[in-house]
Amino acid sequence: MNVTFTEEELAFRREVRTFFETEFPQDILQKQNRAIPLTRDDMVRWHKVAYERGWGAPNWPKEYGGTGWSPVQKYIFADEQARANAPGYLSFGVSMVGPIIYTFGNEEQKQRFLPDILKLDTWWCQGYSEPGAGSDLASLKMRADRHGDHYLVNGTKTWTTLGQYADWIFCLARTNSDVARRQEGISFILIDMNQPGVSVTPIILLDGEHEVNEVHFEDVKVPLENLVGEEGKGWTYGKVLLQHERTGIAGVAVSKFQLSRLRALSERSIRGAAPLTGNSTFMRKIAAAEVELKALEYTELRTLASVASGKAPGPESSILKIAGTELRQQIDALYLEASGYYALPYVREQYSVDFADDERVGEGLDTNSSMVYFNDRKVSIFGGSNEIQKNIIAKHVLGL
Amino acid sequence: MDLSFNEVQTMLADSIEKFIANDYDFDTRQKYAGSAVGYSPEVWQTFAELGWTAVNFSEEDGGFDGGPVDLIIVMEQLGRGLVVEPYLANVVLAGGVLKRAANQAQKEQWLQAVIGGELQATLAFVEPSAGYDIENVATTAVRDGDSWKLNGHKGYVLNGGSAELIVVPARTSGGGSDSSGISLFGIDAKTVGLSVRDYASIDGQRAAEVSLSNVVVDAERLIGNVDEGFEALSDTIADATLAVCAEAVGIMTLLTEKTVEYSKNRVQFGVPISSFQALQHRMVEMYTACEQSRSLLMWAAMTMADGGAGATQAMHSIKYQVGVAGKRVGEEAVQIHGGMGVTWELDVAHLFKRLTAIGLLFGGADWHLDRLAARREP
Repeated sequence: MNVTFTEEELAFRREVRTFFETEFPQDILQKQNRAIPLTRDDMVRWHKVAYERGWGAPNWPKEYGGTGWSPVQKYIFADEQARANAPGYLSFGVSMVGPIIYTFGNEEQKQRFLPDILKLDTWWCQGYSEPGAGSDLASLKMRADRHGDHYLVNGTKTWTTLGQYADWIFCLARTNSDVARRQEGISFILIDMNQPGVSVTPIILLDGEHEVNEVHFEDVKVPLENLVGEEGKGWTYGKVLLQHERTGIAGVAVSKFQLSRLRALSERSIRGAAPLTGNSTFMRKIAAAEVELKALEYTELRTLASVASGKAPGPESSILKIAGTELRQQIDALYLEASGYYALPYVREQYSVDFADDERVGEGLDTNSSMVYFNDRKVSIFGGSNEIQKNIIAKHVLGL
Repeated sequence: MDLSFNEVQTMLADSIEKFIANDYDFDTRQKYAGSAVGYSPEVWQTFAELGWTAVNFSEEDGGFDGGPVDLIIVMEQLGRGLVVEPYLANVVLAGGVLKRAANQAQKEQWLQAVIGGELQATLAFVEPSAGYDIENVATTAVRDGDSWKLNGHKGYVLNGGSAELIVVPARTSGGGSDSSGISLFGIDAKTVGLSVRDYASIDGQRAAEVSLSNVVVDAERLIGNVDEGFEALSDTIADATLAVCAEAVGIMTLLTEKTVEYSKNRVQFGVPISSFQALQHRMVEMYTACEQSRSLLMWAAMTMADGGAGATQAMHSIKYQVGVAGKRVGEEAVQIHGGMGVTWELDVAHLFKRLTAIGLLFGGADWHLDRLAARREP
């Protein structure tokens, strides 16, 4: 065991830092620093820059166009990405459907879909949850019935993040209802959203933003070749994917960046007010969060090391999901406290490029901290709610 | 000791409850919150006609002689209705200062109009660099012959966009956080040099940034004595703190009821999620938090009604309790509602947001706990 980085690893860190300081679109970083939402074009633009650099998919093996990085390299990259306050990769392609396709898909599917994920030429979204199937995902009702050379798909998917921008959706759909276990009749199917019968309706979240959607399918024809792997095995594939999603969900690097930013914020005197560092009650909370973060960081590193030695992330990845999301929400609440009254103004128009920062209500303060606090309530709900994660640990780890 | 409401108080609670049930459902609330002024002037008139705006004023001032207990009765019901009409700003804040410090002429001109629902008013108690310390007033007022000249910036002024009268604490002597040297001015929002930037607040209410740049007002607009405004300000903020705690208890109780109801109807794994013991215990904890908060709220209201040294401790205690319990109940209500809990469509998210805002108003839980911790037995 050794906690220090090697010379090579330090060199890699410098390389990544330089990338974010020079090659990465700086206007996008500025937007991030000013809490201005990114457009679809912004996302596509920076993905292409990363792709050109050979970093279209940090977590993929080289043979599919990924980086083939070691766990430590991935860790360093995520760290630098967060440090630069750069946006995260669009996870639906790079972290979710991509790995499923290169693990379970056929050669034709790999060639057809993977390159466009790397360049973000195809924007993917996720079709798992349904109005009646949330935590109990296996009760999903979307049907994909075989009709000659295609499936006829009917049903509704919900909480579809950024589905309004998506070209394709990967779905868990029921291909067989006549099975002993509900999980057995579920298949993993790729669907082109740009066709008749697919419609997207927005769901507005509590912060007033349009981030998620309902996606409706009415007699949508999907070629049989869009089935990934074997029919009826979708649940197994989906579970693997969720475990991948859960490791990413820990958000260690982002939490680390947010905490160090909060420390910096507490040291500053804003508008003549005494710096928060004089408030020991508050500083103790930051310190406690930092300890929890360190524990989480090393739990994640242990998981990554075990994945690197050839094991798939197991049910213990649920720990990362629970601890990571709780920590994130804890940090959000600290920002809320730090902003005081200036967490309260809800002035959405001031988060745009044309709006001068010094004209903002609560200028100099973290005025969108309440929006982040509200929006992040979702993190303990999505990706399998934290209650479900606890069930997984109880059953599969502790054998209860 | 008597922990029950009297007949008049019970009627007051019933009448507001009935109004909300009949005329103020969630969709109606959303419509009012989304309108240009952010509330319904008609509903405000109704409040005045029904006497709800007169509850905590003396009979001499045209009120019903109510006190803190009556105030929490009104506020709890307004909380359950998630009411956006500016009761806190007009009645509790502006009215609170006026009833304590205004002279007869000012009461007749302003307080009667507030009680009658004819004048929109507020109290500008926040300054950007002061945090929650109301004595930390940087806005200045300098005497200039028969008038006063004010300069400064007031932040998060509740109802600031609609207010025609803004009660402004300003420093007339001393500095920093001196509690002496603060004077109160009743300023017409249209006065030259006063600018108002009105905006929506995260909880569906409205607030404003108010800048004062060489605002000149007549001496008649000074409320109370020069340099001696702090006591009225502080007592008013204490009332307002109690008021939002009562509102929070109303919201917490409603959120708990809604969560229990939702859990009975939401079926996953073939059974209502209410059948899971892990969730049952959490809902029991929500319920317990509500009941504990309600008990403390009643104690605080009664203690504050008696006045004296215990009143401040009671105010800090209830705000601390509601800060901690409110956050917990709000977050749990959203979590147990799952994805539905974070949608704009459901009232749960809006109740949670108001609860969050109350958590920050007049000081967060830690701020109040620090003050309780610093208390020394006399």
